[in-house]
Amino acid sequence: MTTTPARDVAARLGETFADYVPSLEGRDIVAIRPSYGLMIGGRERPAESGATITTIDPSTGAALSEVAEAGPADVDAAVDAARGAFERRWRDAAPRERSKLVFRLARLLQDRAREFAVLETLDGGKPIRESRDVDVPLAAAHFFYHAGWADKLQYAMPGMRARPLGVVGQIIPWNFPLMMAAWKLAPALACGNTVVLKPAETTPLTALLLAELVDEAGFPPGVVNVVTGAGATGSALVDHRGVDKIAFTGSTGVGKGILRALAGRDVRLTLELGGKGAHIVFDDAALDQAVEGIVDGIFFNQGHVCCAGSRLLVQESVADDLLGRLRRRMELLRVGDPLDKNTDVGAINSHAQLVRIREYVEGAVAEGCAVHQPQREIPSQGFYYPPTMVTDIGGSERIAREEVFGPVLTVQTFRTEAEAVARANSTRYGLSAGIWTEKGSRILWLANNLRAGVVWANTFNQFDPSSPFGGIRESGFGREGGRQGLEAYLELTPVRP
Amino acid sequence: MTTRTPVAKTYKLFIGGAFPRSESGRTHPVSDRKGRLVAHVAWASRKDLRDAVRAARGAHGAWAARTPYNRAQIVYRVAEVLEGRRAQFEDELGVGGMTPRAARADVDAAVDTAVYWAGFADKHEQLVGGVNPVAGPFLNVSQVIPLGVCGLACPDDGGVAGLVGLIGPALAAGNTAVAIAGGPSALVTSTLGEVLATSDIPGGVVNLLTGDHAALMGWLVDHADVDMVDLSGVAPEARGELVARTAENLTRSACTEGREDLATIQAFCDVRTVWHPARI
Amino acid sequence: MTTALVRDGDRLHGDALRAPLAVGGVDAVALASRAARLAGRSIKRESKSAGLELTVRCIDLTTLEGADTPGKVRALCMRALHPDPDDPGVPPVAAVCVYPSMVPYAVEYLGDSGVHVASVAGAFPSGQSDLAARLDEIRGAVADGAHEIDIVINRGALLSGHLDVVFDEVAAAKEACGDAHLKTILETGELGSYDQVRLASMIAMAAGSDVIKTSTGKLPVSATPPVALCMAEAIRDYEAQTGRAVGLKLAGGIRTSKQALGYLAIVAETLGTGWLTPGMFRFGASTLLNDVVLQMRFRATGRYARPDDLPVD
Repeated sequence: MTTTPARDVAARLGETFADYVPSLEGRDIVAIRPSYGLMIGGRERPAESGATITTIDPSTGAALSEVAEAGPADVDAAVDAARGAFERRWRDAAPRERSKLVFRLARLLQDRAREFAVLETLDGGKPIRESRDVDVPLAAAHFFYHAGWADKLQYAMPGMRARPLGVVGQIIPWNFPLMMAAWKLAPALACGNTVVLKPAETTPLTALLLAELVDEAGFPPGVVNVVTGAGATGSALVDHRGVDKIAFTGSTGVGKGILRALAGRDVRLTLELGGKGAHIVFDDAALDQAVEGIVDGIFFNQGHVCCAGSRLLVQESVADDLLGRLRRRMELLRVGDPLDKNTDVGAINSHAQLVRIREYVEGAVAEGCAVHQPQREIPSQGFYYPPTMVTDIGGSERIAREEVFGPVLTVQTFRTEAEAVARANSTRYGLSAGIWTEKGSRILWLANNLRAGVVWANTFNQFDPSSPFGGIRESGFGREGGRQGLEAYLELTPVRP
Repeated sequence: MTTRTPVAKTYKLFIGGAFPRSESGRTHPVSDRKGRLVAHVAWASRKDLRDAVRAARGAHGAWAARTPYNRAQIVYRVAEVLEGRRAQFEDELGVGGMTPRAARADVDAAVDTAVYWAGFADKHEQLVGGVNPVAGPFLNVSQVIPLGVCGLACPDDGGVAGLVGLIGPALAAGNTAVAIAGGPSALVTSTLGEVLATSDIPGGVVNLLTGDHAALMGWLVDHADVDMVDLSGVAPEARGELVARTAENLTRSACTEGREDLATIQAFCDVRTVWHPARI
Repeated sequence: MTTALVRDGDRLHGDALRAPLAVGGVDAVALASRAARLAGRSIKRESKSAGLELTVRCIDLTTLEGADTPGKVRALCMRALHPDPDDPGVPPVAAVCVYPSMVPYAVEYLGDSGVHVASVAGAFPSGQSDLAARLDEIRGAVADGAHEIDIVINRGALLSGHLDVVFDEVAAAKEACGDAHLKTILETGELGSYDQVRLASMIAMAAGSDVIKTSTGKLPVSATPPVALCMAEAIRDYEAQTGRAVGLKLAGGIRTSKQALGYLAIVAETLGTGWLTPGMFRFGASTLLNDVVLQMRFRATGRYARPDDLPVD
């Protein structure tokens, strides 16, 4: 068959089009200062020791800014400020006024959404499309939703008198820095608590910018305090005798340590920890959409997601078809500059995490597993890891049992519903699970039998402020979001009729 | 000639997102406390009411289909725009006879009640709906659903808070509304229409009629395509007769009086229960 | 000539099929989410220039009005040959699409320019007349010189479960086309669900369509990103099962360059760049062309152009 010149031209145009030249979000919308202090009592100040840590842009490895590293004295000052604000201002503020301040914060965050999105992407490495379309809107939604609860708490827990706990210490991870800050702050503030927030050491910047918005919204000084630092700062907060509650999101190992540290003390605790989510696909599923769910489940945010669907369980009769589609889809994933609006998979958050992911995959190869990665090139500068699928899994390998927290999917097959449930539940974790089938009763039966705090059916990684999120077993306890999530920030006493 | 002639506003109805005069051509004079004529406000006819119900019905499907979160944000936007127009409302309330202090308090209450109901739009279903533990292999879920088109007899006290106090819960629950205000509220009713028209509320979701309160309410309860009437603004002795007329097609009726509580929003809702097998 | 076509579970069986054809299901929410993401790809600079030119090359410039006259068709054909009268560098469109009575005029005006003449036929847009009359209309348009024939499927038959009727009518239309290309319109706005869109796509392809097409453009709802993605996935899966590559035409409601580029992204990432040619992909549109030309002028000059400077056709 001869090729006409016109067809050649069209073919070339098609290639040029589909290459998607970089479309970079402008970084000049956000002014990153050379250094940031701690936010204590409405004022910014350096750490008493003068210590700082450098936060970097993981897409290049270049330094972004210096932030103060809070020590015990700084944590002490922050807890003091929070205590003072609680007792003098916030505890007794009219619920309606509290409500309006939280609404205002939601609106300010919406107004400056793009600035937050760019900063989140620069500091954490996630694709701008995700920070713009997921992280920032969801953070604003969390404030907006919880604002409405502030003057309706009497309905949240019928028959109980609801009072704030007091000073809450909140320690959040690096995978969703702003969103986790919102998940923590919004219910705490709506319920009338004051907060000392400790962001992760690799991603402190959006929490600090959020603290500026808290001030701008008109919250009394000391209601929200931010202490930046690493594990030692978090320990100082946990060990402080002035906190009434600790809320932690992070690894199961650290969570267990916090539980031990608080044992015997009258301090409330909620833990949102790791996971090894099963993603179960039946042979009647809408396969192309299941593939999208699998891709979202494990490659969203580079797989740095506690509820990631990291274990694909596919019914044997459809395994070849599904995996063929998944491989083809993985070839399309664009790994690269997180500020490029067409990037699907951004930078791994830190060098340490990159090393950890590599070790897991190398270990899997050593244990006899097969590894598939797409052909597409990944950047040589910065921290990147390609989307990865691991097959020939027995189930006892490290990679099949431990949380990798990276873009790595393991694949196993099953034959019956019961086998799918047994494999899915064969883990110490219990955070999330996914089900793909067009049969409703199968979804509900599975949901009833899966040991997971969240089950998604024919979708994955959906979040909403009105929907409680959290784990069972070693994925932690306590819920965030929804009516149920309020309980974690309220002292409830029975109302005698 | 040096004195500037002020440009007075024509006070019109608010139907389907537009500001028509009454199709009847009728207006009603409004005077200030000293008896000086301030304006002629449009006086709604039975056909205006019919048009308003038609607009509300047309807007209902899309409004109810929005997410509660989206409705919450739109109702919150009403509060923002109301606050920005507070000076105008306070002026007009003063013309209607309120003291500056009372006018300020009325506008405060109007803004705050809008915020309150904004915050309820995505809460009440969680409080009233839920999973029912039926004795069988089923998932059984009760959902809270809106009623449809609500006719609101707003209090005839001349304030704007009374209007927002009925519109707020009706909208938060996913209904559309035909709100009826009487004499003293006529000025602020028209101005409230301007607020609603500029605060992301889709056309037809709220329709505002000024006119003969009693006559309009009678036509409203008799209208077969109205799903619910709130009789808060009707004199207590006149309510019984109106409620009796709702029996014709079992139009729901309530009298929420602008109370800010769960019972109020429930008056604007119904419940639908869904069964689904949960066993393989 | 009735050939039974039956659906058994997920598969279509029939004498006319070489092998059973798996249909597959669609989940609407996830489909819409993927489609929105693809349609939201950020297309800039060289990619945008290429996409705009590709769009022009893939347009079926269409007039389907009761008031069409030879004069109107002549104007449309001139426009098809010279999309930007001031810039001969802008290539001609793929085809001009008209009613059968206008085919002889379009054939005359377009001559041997390479721009195809496409004709709707078969009781467009409803398809509600007897099969023989519909087939006659196809044969007449082909005899008059149409290179491509756009027909509608029998939606009534599909929705009432008479899949064999849908199949047989399309197969008969294909036969009536002879050497002309058959573009089969599913009229997705009437099908009710993406599952039906997928089923209709599979039947239309199995019956021999060269291209499957979304819409007549005569309904309020025509091409949408989820429908385009759904049909593209069906085309890809049909090729995987049969080895035959079928084209895609999106029609109705596509008015802006931004929409067009979004659809190109859907096609590129679902079917591959092999489909980004006029032979395998078309936009059925009329006003789209002007927006694309305005965008091309902006890219050439850096200044926004005046819509009134362009021809009305």
